[in-house]
Amino acid sequence: MSLQPLDPRTAEIFPMAARHLLGDTQLRKNVRHATDVIQNKRRIVVDEMPDWQELRESGKRLREHTMQHLREYLEQFERNCTAAGGVVHWARDAAEARQIVVSLAKSAGAKEVIKIKSMTTEEIQLNPALAAAGIRPYETDLAELIIQLGHDQPSHIVVPALHKNRQQIREIFRREMNLPDLGPSPQDLADAARLFLREKFLTVPTAVSGANFLIAETGGVCVVESEGNGRMCLTLPDTLITIAGIDKVIPRYEDLGVLLQLLPRSATGERMNPYNSIWTGVHPGDGPKAFHVILMDNARTSILADAEGRQTLNCIRCGACQNACPVYRQTGGHAYGSVYAGPIGAILTPQLMQMEHAQSLPYASSLCGACYEVCPVKINIPEVLIHLRNKVVKEKSWADPEAIALKTVASIFRSERRFRAAQRLGRIAERPLVRKDGQGDGWISWLPGLLGGWTQVRDLQSMPKESFREWWEKRAETKGGSDV
Amino acid sequence: MRISLFITCYNDTLFPDTGKAVVRVLERLGHTVVFPAGQTCCGQMHYNTGYQKEAMPLLERFVAQFRDADAVVVPSSSCVAMMKDHYPKMAEEIGRPDLIRDVAELLPKIFEFSELLTRRLGLDDVGAYYPHRVTYHASCHGLRNLNLGDGPLRLLKAVRGIDLVPIANVEQCCGFGGTFAVKNAEVSSAMLAEKTTAVLNTGAEACTACDNSCLMHIQGALHRQRTGVRTIHLAEILASTEEGRA
Ligand code: SF4
Repeated sequence: MSLQPLDPRTAEIFPMAARHLLGDTQLRKNVRHATDVIQNKRRIVVDEMPDWQELRESGKRLREHTMQHLREYLEQFERNCTAAGGVVHWARDAAEARQIVVSLAKSAGAKEVIKIKSMTTEEIQLNPALAAAGIRPYETDLAELIIQLGHDQPSHIVVPALHKNRQQIREIFRREMNLPDLGPSPQDLADAARLFLREKFLTVPTAVSGANFLIAETGGVCVVESEGNGRMCLTLPDTLITIAGIDKVIPRYEDLGVLLQLLPRSATGERMNPYNSIWTGVHPGDGPKAFHVILMDNARTSILADAEGRQTLNCIRCGACQNACPVYRQTGGHAYGSVYAGPIGAILTPQLMQMEHAQSLPYASSLCGACYEVCPVKINIPEVLIHLRNKVVKEKSWADPEAIALKTVASIFRSERRFRAAQRLGRIAERPLVRKDGQGDGWISWLPGLLGGWTQVRDLQSMPKESFREWWEKRAETKGGSDV
Repeated sequence: MRISLFITCYNDTLFPDTGKAVVRVLERLGHTVVFPAGQTCCGQMHYNTGYQKEAMPLLERFVAQFRDADAVVVPSSSCVAMMKDHYPKMAEEIGRPDLIRDVAELLPKIFEFSELLTRRLGLDDVGAYYPHRVTYHASCHGLRNLNLGDGPLRLLKAVRGIDLVPIANVEQCCGFGGTFAVKNAEVSSAMLAEKTTAVLNTGAEACTACDNSCLMHIQGALHRQRTGVRTIHLAEILASTEEGRA
């Protein structure tokens, strides 16, 4: 199956997309299994930390402080990176960012580029733009390679091919790498990828990367990874082009002391990433000769302007909220119609779209709070979801059936008299719906309109003959009213 | 102690037995229960669905009804979480200084039912008898927002005759989520399927919780599938004694 790039502007609304994916039993099994495995690993390395909650608090403070002084830290980064021989570019939006990357690659004479996993490049749909300019991108992260060869789309920000199992990956490699005899073991698959990629590392002189952190104090850029493909891309080519959202900046080198404890434990359940690369500008005779970094806004400043939404920018893209989310667990990532899936996607995507698209995403949550509990920088995701729901509601027309229903109910709750009347009316109105066929006596198994979603899979017990307050008042009368 | 009962709109309308059980337990323990007649709803459904404006007058009504209470008991963990998590900033937004002050004074006096027993009254054993196999569902708001911890389990363990069996993945949401259950009915149902499987695997006759909203959802599927397993609010178990079932 070939999937179009995930684009919130054209994606189906969440409930519809979820409906299709819920029918994919293989995908659901893969997602359940993978998120269970990562969560268990995470739990072990988090529980062993006596100061995990303090670390989270430090992470939160650090990110809040950075966002309050974002402009200064970005300018400081620009100065220090430039002084070290890097070239800093600024991009207002996705189109500008794409155009800068393409023109830089072209002026380097690139026909091909090697890429490190980067959700920011997915956000701006860089690969189709490169291809359209005659430049072939090669993904070098194993999971991204699986996605690219499988004509698929990422479903998780840390483990993009989380929805595929080993047998499916083997099929993709057999077909796309033309390896009919490929074995099924992880070793076989890793070897195949290694052979396929090695040639690219040695021959393609231009690389594109994302960034985990931009260090304002030094002008350095930090990328963490598990496979070493990133290290290859960062050191072997002549030209390195890094693209990062402006939210990726951190003030000081020593801040990594907090963040590089929080990130790997939350993301992959590792105490430390196997590869931690930090580079600053260019160095003669060592690594790329030309280094460009593109600092991209793409709606981030508009998020920063919203006092309640801005904590979204504190995210360090660990994916822990995705693994913990019981909704993501059922649907996987594609249902969110965005490269940012799960709880972080449900708050980030609509804001990146400035609330013009993806309005169903803030509702793709039961508000259970599992995301908030695991978030290493304590983003109160349920609070932001509710805030965004409010923004959606404010844009609704007066004739919206849900708005009419909820406003009516609110007016009932504003008056004790109306509330009592509604309770009495409810008992009469439900009568035709209550079953009396011996199968489900006293239960409702069909409801009309908006409430039909309830009885699709659930029964509803019919209303009791007497509300609590009616019982209470009767009781008080028999007791002489002493209790009221 | 004089304890004011906030029954909550849906318990009042759909689950009066839970309210009666709360009254029975507290009176049995020697407390006086009062019921402010003008109470309706805490505003949770509206607030969480994005209708903040509609929730504001409900906050004002609640505060007016309960301002003078010594302690407020609420047999619904999600409603208590709504008040503790959102009332302070809602009051700020309304901007009435007296309301801001009343909310700040009132909130520490509000207790979810099990919380009132274990934290405020310091009790684990309330003299209940319930000779059935029961499993406990930790509602998300009780677990994460109110940090009820093992309070409800301690209360259940002290019940005579009970056969309390643990459920797998106790921290996983049942998929109710208020309007989520109808707006995303199919995902909600997929989540519910995992929860009912976990309930059935315990072999329990009844699944209990501190929140009838989760239970209504779980019960809806258990009944649709004719599993023969029922749900029951924690208060109703605690109200049950050798002399008489709630
Ligand atoms: S919101 Fe928090 S948990 Fe989710 S990806 Fe970002 S940092 Fe990680």
